[in-house]
Amino acid sequence: MLIIKDLQASIEDKQILKGINLTVKPGEVHAIMGPNGSGKSTLSAVLTGNPAYTVTGGSVEFNGKDLLALSPEDRAHEGLFLSFQYPVEIPGVSMVNFMRTALNEKRKYFGQEPLSAADFLKLMREKRSIVQLDNKLASRAVNEGFSGGEKKRNEIFQMAMLEPKLSILDETDSGLDIDALRIVASGVNTLKSKDNATIVITHYQRLLDYIKPDFVHVLYKGRIVMSAGPELALELEDKGYDWIKEQVDSQQ
Amino acid sequence: MNALKQYIDLFDEYRDLIEAQSPALLNTLRISAREQLETAHLPRKGSEDYEATDLEEVFSHDYGVNLNRLPFDADPGETFHCDVPNMSTCLYYSSNDAFHSSPTAERNIGQVVVEPFSMAAVDYPELMTAYFGKLAHMSDPTVALNSLLVQDGLFIYVPDGVIPERPIQLVNIFNAALDMMVQRRLLIVVGKNAALKLLACDHTQSPDYRYLNNQVVEIVAMQGATVDYYDMEESTPLTSRVSSIYVDQHEGSNVLIDGITLINGFTRNNYHVEVNGEHAETHLLGMTIASGEQHVDSHTFISHNAPRCNSNEMFKYVLNDKAVGAFAGKILVKPNCPRVEAYQGNRNLCGAPTAKMYTKPQLEIYTDDVMCSHGSAIGQLDEEALFYMRTRGIGIDEARRLLMQAFVADVIDGVRLDVLKDRLHFLVEKRFAGTLSNCAGCMQTCRPNNNNQ
Repeated sequence: MLIIKDLQASIEDKQILKGINLTVKPGEVHAIMGPNGSGKSTLSAVLTGNPAYTVTGGSVEFNGKDLLALSPEDRAHEGLFLSFQYPVEIPGVSMVNFMRTALNEKRKYFGQEPLSAADFLKLMREKRSIVQLDNKLASRAVNEGFSGGEKKRNEIFQMAMLEPKLSILDETDSGLDIDALRIVASGVNTLKSKDNATIVITHYQRLLDYIKPDFVHVLYKGRIVMSAGPELALELEDKGYDWIKEQVDSQQ
Repeated sequence: MNALKQYIDLFDEYRDLIEAQSPALLNTLRISAREQLETAHLPRKGSEDYEATDLEEVFSHDYGVNLNRLPFDADPGETFHCDVPNMSTCLYYSSNDAFHSSPTAERNIGQVVVEPFSMAAVDYPELMTAYFGKLAHMSDPTVALNSLLVQDGLFIYVPDGVIPERPIQLVNIFNAALDMMVQRRLLIVVGKNAALKLLACDHTQSPDYRYLNNQVVEIVAMQGATVDYYDMEESTPLTSRVSSIYVDQHEGSNVLIDGITLINGFTRNNYHVEVNGEHAETHLLGMTIASGEQHVDSHTFISHNAPRCNSNEMFKYVLNDKAVGAFAGKILVKPNCPRVEAYQGNRNLCGAPTAKMYTKPQLEIYTDDVMCSHGSAIGQLDEEALFYMRTRGIGIDEARRLLMQAFVADVIDGVRLDVLKDRLHFLVEKRFAGTLSNCAGCMQTCRPNNNNQ
C-alpha cells in the first residue's frame, strides 16, 4: 500500500529526514516512536504534502501512485488521512459545512454526485457515535473552543467520515486523559479492517496498549534506526531511548 | 484641471431649467452650493482623508445629466421581478434618477410615508423644510454638487410611535443607454419611539455604460427611534458611487448602518454620525468583497456629543486580484461626555499580493471616564487552516473560499433582519464562488432588459 524509499526532506534548508525506508501493507498497524526532534512529525507532514517542507530526495508510492506528485487534497482523495497533533481551529467554518465540503469534493474526484442533505446528516450521526462526539460540537465551528480531548476525538470522527485507506495518527494520545484515550483508541480499532492500514506516531507505550501495533520502528536523526515487533515498544518504555542513541551515534 | 467646472458651467447655463423641474425647496440650497463650489476642488489622491482615492478623476468623465427629467424606464418593476416573495418588503424603485413605487408599497399604507420630494414638498412642507439639507455638510464638494444639481429625491417618514410591519426596500437601478451621473438624495425622518428597517440596493443593469451616483442621505433618528439602514451595492466595474450618509441621533435612539459592497467599480462611502442624545446606540458595520480592479473606500466619523452612549464599529474587507480597499475611521468624544463606550475595528484580508489596503483608525477623546478602543489588522489567509482543509480533501480554491466566507461571517451576523442575513450568507457564498449574477442581490431576478438593447 505504502512504499517509502530513501525519503529525504528539509524545512528552511535544514535537513530533517535523511533517508526513510518503510513499507506498509493493508491490514497492518505500524508504530513510529523516537525521541523529540527525530523527525516523526516531519514524516507525517511530508507524506500529507505540507507545503512548508521540501522533499529533497527519495520516493513514496501509495497504492501504485507517485504520492509526492499529488496535491494534498488529491492525497486525501486517494485515501491518505492525518490525525493532527495540533488540530487547527477554523473560526466561522462550521463542522457540518467543513465535512460536507470534504466529502463532496472526494465524491467529485471519483465522478460521483454530491450526497443529499439527509444522507449526509445520517452519516454524520452514525460516525459521531463511534467517538461519542457531542452533537453540539458537530454544529460548532471547526475545533473552535474544543478541549484537547474533543479536538482529538474530532480528528477520529473526521477519519470515520472520510474512510481513509491509510491513517497517520500523529501523537493522537498527547493531551488526552485515560477515558478520552480509550474512546479515541476504540474509535480507531472500530475503523480498522483488513483493507486499511494505520501508522501510529507516539512517544509512549500507553497508546499501544489500546492500539496494538504489528511493527514498531524507532526514528532517530531522520532515519529509521530500528524495527521490530510490538515487544520493542515495551523495551523502550523500560529502557528509554539512550541505548539506541548510543548505538547509532557510535556507528557514525 | 477642475472637474467641478463643467458642472458649474452646466448649472449656470441651465439654471432656469433645473429649477423649473424641481420642488421649490431644493432650489433654496443652490445659491450656497454654487458659492461653495466656486472655490472648491475635488480631493485628489493623497490629500487629507483621501490617501487612496481620487475624486477628481472620477468626476472628470463627461457624464450625461438628465436636466429635463426625461423618463428612461417608465416601469422598472417590469424589468425587475420579485423572486423571493417571503421577503415581504414594501418595494420602491429608482431607475437612474426617477422614483417609482410598486404595488407592494401599499403594504405599509397608513404607517410610513415614502414619497418623492416633489410630492412630499406638497404633502409635508413643514417636515421637509425642517430637515432637508440640515445635516449634510456643504463644505464637502460632492455634497455641494449634489445640492447644486439635485432635482428630486425620496422622503421617508415614520411618524411617532409607528413600528411598521414590513421592511422598506429601495432598489436603485442604472439602466440608461448613455454614460450618466445622478444626484440621488434621501431624507429619512424616524419619529419618537418609531422604527424603520430600510434596505437599499444599488444595481446596474447595463454593464457597457459608465455611471456615477453622487448620493447624499440624511437620517434623523428622534428620541427612542430605531433605524436599520442596509446599503448594498452590487453594480458593475464601470459604475462609480460617492455616497455621504449623515445621521443625527437623539436620546435613546438606536441606529444600525451596514454598508455592503459586493461588486462595484469605484466607491467612496462617507458615514457621518452625530450622537446628540444620551443613551443612544450606534452600530456601524461594513463589509467589502472586492476583486479585479474594484476600489472601495470607507470613511467614518462618529461624534459623541452626549454622555452615556455606545458606538460599535466594524468594517471588514476581503481583497483579491488588484482590488484596492481603504478605511479611515474617527471617533470623537467631546468634552463633558462621560461613560461613553466606543469601539472601532477594521480587519482586512488580502488574498493576493497585488491587492492593496489602506487603513487609518483614529480616536480623539476630550472626556475622562470613557471606554474607547480601536484596532486595525491586515492579514492573509491562515496557511495552517488551508493545509488542514486540504488534508481533508478540500481543494485549495474551495478552502480559500470557505476561509474568506468565514472571515466576513460575523459582520453578516450583525444584520438585524433575519431574512436578509440568510440571503447575505447565500450571496456572499455565490460572490466568492464567482457565480453572483448582477441582480441576485436584492431578492430580485433580473429579466433581460429590452429597453436598452
